[in-house]
Amino acid sequence: MSSPAPAEKLTKKQLKADKPTWCPGCGDFSVLASFFNIVQKLEIPHEKIVCVSGIGCSSRFPYFVNSHGIHFIHGRALPLATGISLSRPDLHVFVFGGDGDGYSIGGNHLTHAARKNVNLSYVVMDNQVYGLTKNQTSPTTPIGRKSKTDPRGAIDRPINPMAQLVASGATFIARTHTTQIKHMDEMFERAILHPGFAVVETLSECSMFYPGAFDAGNPRKGGRFELVDEQSRNMESTAEAMTLAEETETDFPGKFGVYLECKRPTKNDLERAWIDDERARVGDTSDRDLMRERFDAMR
Amino acid sequence: MANSTASATPDTLKNAVIRLAGYSQDGIQSVGAFLAQLAGSTASEVMTYMTIPATISGGASIFQVHLGSGEVLHPGDQADMLVAFYQDSYDNHLDSLRTGGICIYDSDQVEKVLDERGITHIGVPFTSATIEALGGSAKNRGKNIFVLGMLCAIYELDREKMSAIIAKKFGGKSEGVLRNAMIAFDTGYAWPIQSIQHMPMAPGESKGKKRISADGNTMLALGLIAGGCRYGAAYPITPWTSIMELLRSEFPKYGGSFIQCEDELAAVCMAIGMSYAGHLAVTGSSGPGLALKSEALGYASMAEIPLVVVNVQRGGPSTGLPTSVEQSDLMQAIYGSHGDAPRVVLAPRSVKDCFYTAVRACQIAKEYSTPVIILSDQAIATRIEAFTEPDLDKWWVDYELDQSEKGPEFKPYPLEKMTRHSPPGSPSTEGKYPVVTGLEHDEWGHPSGNPKNHAAMTAKRREKLIKLSHSLPAPSFHGDYEGDLLFVGWGSTYGPVKEATQALRDKGYKIGCMHIHNLHPLRAGLGDIFGRYRHVLVPEMNDSGVYGYGQLATLLRAKLCDPRIQSFNKTEGLGFRVVELVDEAEKILAV
Ligand SMILES: Cc1ncc(C[n+]2csc(CCOP(=O)(O)OP(=O)(O)O)c2C)c(N)n1
Ligand code: SF4
Repeated sequence: MSSPAPAEKLTKKQLKADKPTWCPGCGDFSVLASFFNIVQKLEIPHEKIVCVSGIGCSSRFPYFVNSHGIHFIHGRALPLATGISLSRPDLHVFVFGGDGDGYSIGGNHLTHAARKNVNLSYVVMDNQVYGLTKNQTSPTTPIGRKSKTDPRGAIDRPINPMAQLVASGATFIARTHTTQIKHMDEMFERAILHPGFAVVETLSECSMFYPGAFDAGNPRKGGRFELVDEQSRNMESTAEAMTLAEETETDFPGKFGVYLECKRPTKNDLERAWIDDERARVGDTSDRDLMRERFDAMR
Repeated sequence: MANSTASATPDTLKNAVIRLAGYSQDGIQSVGAFLAQLAGSTASEVMTYMTIPATISGGASIFQVHLGSGEVLHPGDQADMLVAFYQDSYDNHLDSLRTGGICIYDSDQVEKVLDERGITHIGVPFTSATIEALGGSAKNRGKNIFVLGMLCAIYELDREKMSAIIAKKFGGKSEGVLRNAMIAFDTGYAWPIQSIQHMPMAPGESKGKKRISADGNTMLALGLIAGGCRYGAAYPITPWTSIMELLRSEFPKYGGSFIQCEDELAAVCMAIGMSYAGHLAVTGSSGPGLALKSEALGYASMAEIPLVVVNVQRGGPSTGLPTSVEQSDLMQAIYGSHGDAPRVVLAPRSVKDCFYTAVRACQIAKEYSTPVIILSDQAIATRIEAFTEPDLDKWWVDYELDQSEKGPEFKPYPLEKMTRHSPPGSPSTEGKYPVVTGLEHDEWGHPSGNPKNHAAMTAKRREKLIKLSHSLPAPSFHGDYEGDLLFVGWGSTYGPVKEATQALRDKGYKIGCMHIHNLHPLRAGLGDIFGRYRHVLVPEMNDSGVYGYGQLATLLRAKLCDPRIQSFNKTEGLGFRVVELVDEAEKILAV
């Protein structure tokens, strides 16, 4: 974006803030590491980074990054970030959160941030469980999995976040696994560079309450990490993205990589164009005189 | 005052209350609005009142205009003239006429009844006269403008100015529309009415100042712009919606934007995001929407984010009375959040005051880094008043984005000081950046559940408001400074309370009335004033509650422990009438 490059590339040390409070082995550590990698690589200056989050273990993220940050209420990080992004196009707005935060309590906002194509990057650390509140069923928990709120096993059909994102109109949708740092780096980089609403769903294991949840996607645990074949695909096709999304249900873990990447005017650009138009129309008239003109019309 | 027709000289009137009763699709609202606009462009005072059917496609509706050459404080207890478009408008509203009043009805539609109250009945064929003047295709269109012409003639209002207002309104439409409107107006103006004499309105006293006319929601929206708001977000709900509609189209001219959200939760969160990013943002709603915003409001209080929240109250609870007035969200505004979440609550008392209240809300929100709620209500929101144009040289706040560099000593949440925000984009020499949070935090913004810290931070958030309470202007006051009874009002009860005060003083009682703009915190030192009266009466449009007190009365009792404070409550979805207030006060004074 338009910000000047910093005099020096930020070091990892400069990017670190409070020591993460996550449990040992929590997948969220990798997300933080990968985020640092990309911010360094893209040379985004400190003061232009805003980390936004809701509530949950994963939502503690902003404290661990030395940048402007705002730790908000449960499920509402996206509308808050939308407000920042629309009013401050000079900033890089990042949103971090869990599956409960983003897909359950904040589910409605996800749909609307996507359809508005707000210019921001959203990372969902999906662990298929509620971590912070200690092991309740989440909207992505598979049927049959036992939790404190489903002692006989989950009975509600899990949502398919990828399918939902495609249907909502997100313009960049990617999926990765926290054990695959290089891949995660690439997904984050492309998400940041994408103009518009970019979501990266990361399968991030909760080592405390749901260990092994994503072994199926980890080759070191005997799983498969199969990539989307971008060459043979139409990356702008929602139909093809939807087919990929459905595979994650019928053939878990499905594929990893970019499911959809298309260009659509961002909410930021559309609002800005209107503002620019109006400013051009009023010319040199000061704001105060504009109001005076308005009063004249009310006489 | 409303009924002063009888005492006026036979040929000039100081006041007139005209009630138009018909269906909303007949454009009775616009007749009322034209009359109000005319008053604004001359030196007259005006206040209007209307009912809107809660259904979309038409329905019975009234528009009442109170015109006056002196101060007009309320829309009028009783009408001097009723204009009835249909049989049911006639049947339902004849009672609203004072004894000896005039009823003009559409003789094509209305069958008049015998009335013993000395009412002058005048039948005029609105429908057929308009059709004849405009040609057969006109159907029902133009009846309203015909009536407007007739009223202009009867009250000898400024015909030229009125024609100019009509021309301005219809000028943008096709030529035919404007021509028809002018024909309808002229036909009405020339309609021969033999049974009454013309009653010229005395001209108002011109003070040489520019005057405008508008409704409360419009003035509130303009006040927000003048106060420096350039960004905001909301979800539609009656009667708040017209503010968001106006801001949506106005903000871009001023370099900002107003976003329509998926719900009120998103709206308040988006506005908090805008404010956090360095702009003072606004969100707004009506009662049910404010309820949804409460979790985020608590956050704004905890994270000390400046924010303006408008609540245009309507009848509640739940979906309640969407198009009627009530003042029952006071407790929600002050306390509606979990935890101790202090915020500021202000209430405008009139249309004009909506503008100034909005500017002050912006100033307080910024200075004290806190959410400020403006409690307007349906009555002020929708009625039209004429008043002196606000002086923008005095009431304009320049908008600026502070991105100054923060040094190593920077504490975003200093205990001893007002919070100092550091919007994103602000560099920091130490390389330490703040995280704004809803978790309890120390002075640097780190989460901290330390017991002493929580107590100190909780006290800090409270102390800010106490500091504000010492700098607040005195509530407006009228009447006797000591004596029999003090009225204490808030919001749109201002006009009727002030007039009731005068009416009681005219009867020989010693009465004062105080109107509280700053509902939370209350200004320090109010109690001294209360002590000077035998009785204190708090009229409010909410229920008397489980303990027998209305919402403001409850707060005043809690704060002042004064047993003389009594409640007078009304929950009919209608504002107070002057006589109701006078009667209640006399009942108390007789004891
Ligand atoms: C309004 C509200 N409801 C409930 C909670 C309690 N709560 C905190 S975090 C959480 C779920 C977190 O799950 P997830 O978003 O998946 O994040 P994780 O901890 O697994 O990273 C809940 C229910 C809250 N803080 N606020
Ligand atoms: S509870 Fe689970 S999600 Fe939360 S920090 Fe521990 S491992 Fe991570």
